[in-house]
Amino acid sequence: MASQSAEQLSANRMRLVKDHAARYGVTAGGIMVLVALLLIFFYLLYVVQPIFESVDLKKVNSFELPEQSNVEAVGMEEQAEIGYRFLSDGELQFFSLIDKDERKAGDILLTETIKTGAEITSFGSSLPVNSQYVYGFSDGSAVVVQPKFLVSFPETAATAKTDRVERVITPRVEYKNQGEPLTVDEQQRPLQRLAYETDGDGMLFAAVVEQNKLLVTHYVAEENFMTGEVSLTPKYTEIPLNSAIDDIVVTPDLRQVLARRGNRVHVFDVSINGEVSERELMPARSRELGNATGMYLLAGASSILLTHDTGKVSQWFEVPGDEGRQYQYIRSFEAGSPVTNIEVEYYRRTFYTLSENGDMNIFHTTAEADLYRGKPSEATIEAVMVDPRANYLLMKTDQGYGIYDVDNEHPEVSWSAIWQEVWYEGYPEPDYTWQSTGGSDDFESKFSLVPISFGTIKAAAYAMLFAVPIGLAAAVYTAYFMSPSVRKFVKPTVEIMEALPTVILGFLAGLWLAPLAEAYLPGFISVIILVPLAVIVTAALWSTLPTRIRNKVSDGRASLLLIPVVLFMGWLSFELSPWVEQILFDGDARRYLTNELGVTFDQRNSLVVGIAMGFAVIPTIFSIAEDAVFSVPKHLSNGSLALGATPWQTLTKVVLLTASPGIFSAVMMGLGRAVGETMIVLMATGNTPIMDWNIFEGMRTLSANIAVEMPESEVGSSHYRILFLAAFVLFIFTFFFNTIAEFVRQRLRDKYSSM
Amino acid sequence: MKKWFNTGKPWIWLTAGSVSVSLIAVIGLVLMIGWRGLSFFWPSAIHQMTVQQVNGETAELIGEVYDSESVPTTRLNAETIKLGNIESEMVTRYLMKIGNREYVPLDFTWVLESLIVEDKTPADMAVIERTKDGNFYGKIMAITEKGEVIARHTDDNFRQVMFDRVERAVELNDQAMDLQEGEISAINYQLSQLNLERRRLELENALTDEAVADLQRQREQLQAEYQVYEEQLFELREKAKKNSLLVRDFRGEEVTVPMYRVLDVNFPNDMGFFAKTGHFFQQIGKFVSEDPREANTEGGVFPAIFGTVFMVLLMSVIVTPFGVIAAVYLHEYAGKNSVTKLIRIAVINLAGVPSIVYGVFGLGFFVYMVGGSLDQIFYPEALPNPTFGTPGVLWSAVTLAILTLPVVIVSTEEGLSRIPSSLREGSLSLGATKWETIWRIIIPMASPAIMTGLILAVARAAGEVAPLMLVGVVKAAPMLPVDGNFPYFHLDRKFMHLGFHIYDVGFQSPNVEAARPLVYATSFLLITVIVGLNLTAIGVRNHLREKYRSLEQ
Repeated sequence: MASQSAEQLSANRMRLVKDHAARYGVTAGGIMVLVALLLIFFYLLYVVQPIFESVDLKKVNSFELPEQSNVEAVGMEEQAEIGYRFLSDGELQFFSLIDKDERKAGDILLTETIKTGAEITSFGSSLPVNSQYVYGFSDGSAVVVQPKFLVSFPETAATAKTDRVERVITPRVEYKNQGEPLTVDEQQRPLQRLAYETDGDGMLFAAVVEQNKLLVTHYVAEENFMTGEVSLTPKYTEIPLNSAIDDIVVTPDLRQVLARRGNRVHVFDVSINGEVSERELMPARSRELGNATGMYLLAGASSILLTHDTGKVSQWFEVPGDEGRQYQYIRSFEAGSPVTNIEVEYYRRTFYTLSENGDMNIFHTTAEADLYRGKPSEATIEAVMVDPRANYLLMKTDQGYGIYDVDNEHPEVSWSAIWQEVWYEGYPEPDYTWQSTGGSDDFESKFSLVPISFGTIKAAAYAMLFAVPIGLAAAVYTAYFMSPSVRKFVKPTVEIMEALPTVILGFLAGLWLAPLAEAYLPGFISVIILVPLAVIVTAALWSTLPTRIRNKVSDGRASLLLIPVVLFMGWLSFELSPWVEQILFDGDARRYLTNELGVTFDQRNSLVVGIAMGFAVIPTIFSIAEDAVFSVPKHLSNGSLALGATPWQTLTKVVLLTASPGIFSAVMMGLGRAVGETMIVLMATGNTPIMDWNIFEGMRTLSANIAVEMPESEVGSSHYRILFLAAFVLFIFTFFFNTIAEFVRQRLRDKYSSM
Repeated sequence: MKKWFNTGKPWIWLTAGSVSVSLIAVIGLVLMIGWRGLSFFWPSAIHQMTVQQVNGETAELIGEVYDSESVPTTRLNAETIKLGNIESEMVTRYLMKIGNREYVPLDFTWVLESLIVEDKTPADMAVIERTKDGNFYGKIMAITEKGEVIARHTDDNFRQVMFDRVERAVELNDQAMDLQEGEISAINYQLSQLNLERRRLELENALTDEAVADLQRQREQLQAEYQVYEEQLFELREKAKKNSLLVRDFRGEEVTVPMYRVLDVNFPNDMGFFAKTGHFFQQIGKFVSEDPREANTEGGVFPAIFGTVFMVLLMSVIVTPFGVIAAVYLHEYAGKNSVTKLIRIAVINLAGVPSIVYGVFGLGFFVYMVGGSLDQIFYPEALPNPTFGTPGVLWSAVTLAILTLPVVIVSTEEGLSRIPSSLREGSLSLGATKWETIWRIIIPMASPAIMTGLILAVARAAGEVAPLMLVGVVKAAPMLPVDGNFPYFHLDRKFMHLGFHIYDVGFQSPNVEAARPLVYATSFLLITVIVGLNLTAIGVRNHLREKYRSLEQ
């Protein structure tokens, strides 16, 4: 007996343990739903967040190199393993930047001396992308050098077994024109300043001689078809200017030379065969920005940067205007103290400034972003250079060299670049632009979310314009007037509509409705007018019928009665459409719209999207609004009717007022759905990111944009993160609508239960 | 009249009108897709038309009437109007599908009704379905074997001979295909597994000389097997190449159509109603059971059906337990506190978050983060090629499981709330613990509601495309996610999906006109499945309501 109860007891304990375990398990499972939502929220944030971070610099290594003469330029290769420097005595030195095997950072790997008979008088360099350097000599000649790096994967006995081959980078030097000096000045005067660019074979030099004479020397390369030899034909131009020239810059397309003389910048056009003509004289706005002290070219070579003695850096680029393209002041950056040197990145519009007070600044032009300001090192910085991937910074200070890890993944993204008008290079004015990919390496991505957010709102607005009246009216009728037997069949039918895959609606909209709307445009417009008219006329005719017949079909079945009427009117509108078109629009409504009214017409337009997405939204609105109206307590409406109000008065004055929160929540839910809908917009519009309310043009929405571009974006890139931001914006949009709708609905439910 | 307006009747009728509009839209949509989708399978007559040309000559056309429309005469050019003596304001024109893609620039052409001189439908016009270049229309003149004519169309048993030969060629092709997709692909799979094995051993520093020799031996063995199969394959192909059809096309030229490309030959003009019905069902059967051809614009949709079903099943397995547990928590355990309120808001919001956001989340979190980590831990030998760190069927299922979670929760909770509390109280008063009550009484009773939720979730998942575009769907998957190679289920593979198939074929295909009927047919298939599932769910729910109504009383 005792043992039995003990057994029972232990069995009971087991049951209790199970019960407790289940309680915790189920609770955990329930809370998991909340966790899932939070996870989505925070994960999206986690991916988005890095784009708003500022630059982080970390010292990796430092070393010293013998100081023999002035350093003209420093640079490094892609993997940031090897650096090089040009010295004023004509020496090019390659040195290791990392400790690898027996190599130490700072070890000189290769030295090359650039020498002709004459004395070196000037030094210049191309944009980092071309990474060519030029020494100018006292006899008016110049030598162009390019540090090159050979990457190889040599197979050794040690590597053969593991299949893993070590990468070896070897530096070498390449000369233009096989190292033969190129004549820049025919009269063999010493070159005091030198600027150089190349587009592969052709070359353009700009040099200053005798303080105020600008020389432009253009080398045209011609390849001999038979031998493949390249012969260079120079064309020399000399332009005397009024006073000493401070800076010269040459663009890499070899079409422009810019010369700064104090606060004025002369812009010269160079034709394909080397003819030079002065185009404009650009004042540096010294009153506003301070006296100009230097001039630099930005990556992409469309913008020039001017430094001013107030510590400002101004950006200028060509803008199409009445007198052709002219340089214009765009924006300025505040470096704190006068800037002594600017280095630009290889591909992005980021630049590094060194100021008199020893600060280094990092800016991004289009994002108008101030990414970094400070002194990364105790010593005075003399020169900086980034590697082609912009991951490392090589810095020369008065105490040696330092390598810094630059964490600057997304300089082009800033709050203002995403949500405000941005003046992009080559654009006539600041604008909202979305253009994520382009052809060339130095293409600047344009990430304004404004046009696609606008598109989202536009699509949702047209859909709601279509769906709200029909959805609400249908809901009211179904809940309040319809006879129960019909309602039993109507409600599920409309709700089935919600289950229809949107890909099918989108496909029909794009391939069936859009061509139809184009061909029968007047028909579409007349349906909107004719159908309601016909319904009212039918109602009027019906009311004149003898009561005997009228009683057979009550008001509760009117919608069934109206089906043939609506069908007939629809058919009639389309039949008449060509005739209407013939009479009113000269036989082609589309051409009439474009030519006479100046309205652009796309085949896949907002009208089509509005209708298709309207159909996707109607069931959502219908379902919730119908529930709200139906659950209004019957004693309210019965009381109103008993007091002599007509059914319509009861509806508008009593029922709708009571159910209005529910109706509001239905509209909110519908809006939430319209905002996030992807497939319909993707398939039924041209997906062009334009900002125009025109109903006959398309749009690009946040969701469609994600669907189109996400598969092609590189993981971790700015583009990828911006698309996550778009998703996050959508998430917040719908979260907002849904939460409001849910709150209102909860309140309503409480209200009804108290009635 | 004013008085009548004051009664509000016209407005009531207007609201009634909007119900009519909604009904017409739903029913019309389904009917239209059904009609267009199904009529694609019905054999249509082949017309042989003689059409006047602008240069005064006449030309012959053979093909199906694909579509017709009426256009205002003003849109035609003057020469055509003069040629056709057109006086009416509108003219009808037909879109003809003329096939024979390798001999014409476009396999569709418009023909004005008034320019047709003669239009007949001869009984001996054949449609030849081919594996490449689409249909061929023409009159079959003879059958050749290695260039020699073995039967002419004037022969009595010509059609019998032809069908026999076609059947034989199809049979040989099938065998070759089976060999290629069965044995040969299995060997390829094993070879790639061997490579991975080698790499794995290498990473574990266990790649001894014995292991290398062993792997090499296995590889050689497989390659020897491969040789044998390959020879068989070539032999089959050689056999299939033997016969050809000699067909007279619309230009009057005799063209050779090699038999190994022929899938089927039909004479629609020679079919009676029953033959046509038979052909109709046969075509539907082919549509659901065959692989797509010609960049998805022809053939069937079997891989898409398979992919959809497989993904949805996988999703059901994931979503059901979580959904039910969450619903049980909300209805049976949760107190009236702010946490419960938050969870309810979370459920509503999960239901309202746009599906593309789930896609983005799934891609970032599941594919790159979770999948990437799995690859690092379990599949280092395949790196840098991702195994799970790339979109695939598993991640699609998981993503859609979160997306459909609210559907299951809401439906299950509704089912739970319909169970009278007297049942719970009865069970508890008899000494059962809460868990036992839930497990033994409540959940079994709520199972139809769970089923409803699951069916609705499946219907939602089957129609969802946007998130799948990011997490695993592709336009053409070379291999199904289930096959005969160990471990049989390949959850890392990409898959095809009916919804995406519609998008892809309708919008990305090179020949939209030819693909359109296929898109309608696919749409119809998808709608049938989804509407069917929804109707079942509604039926189950109504049944359930009736059942508990009687219990409550």
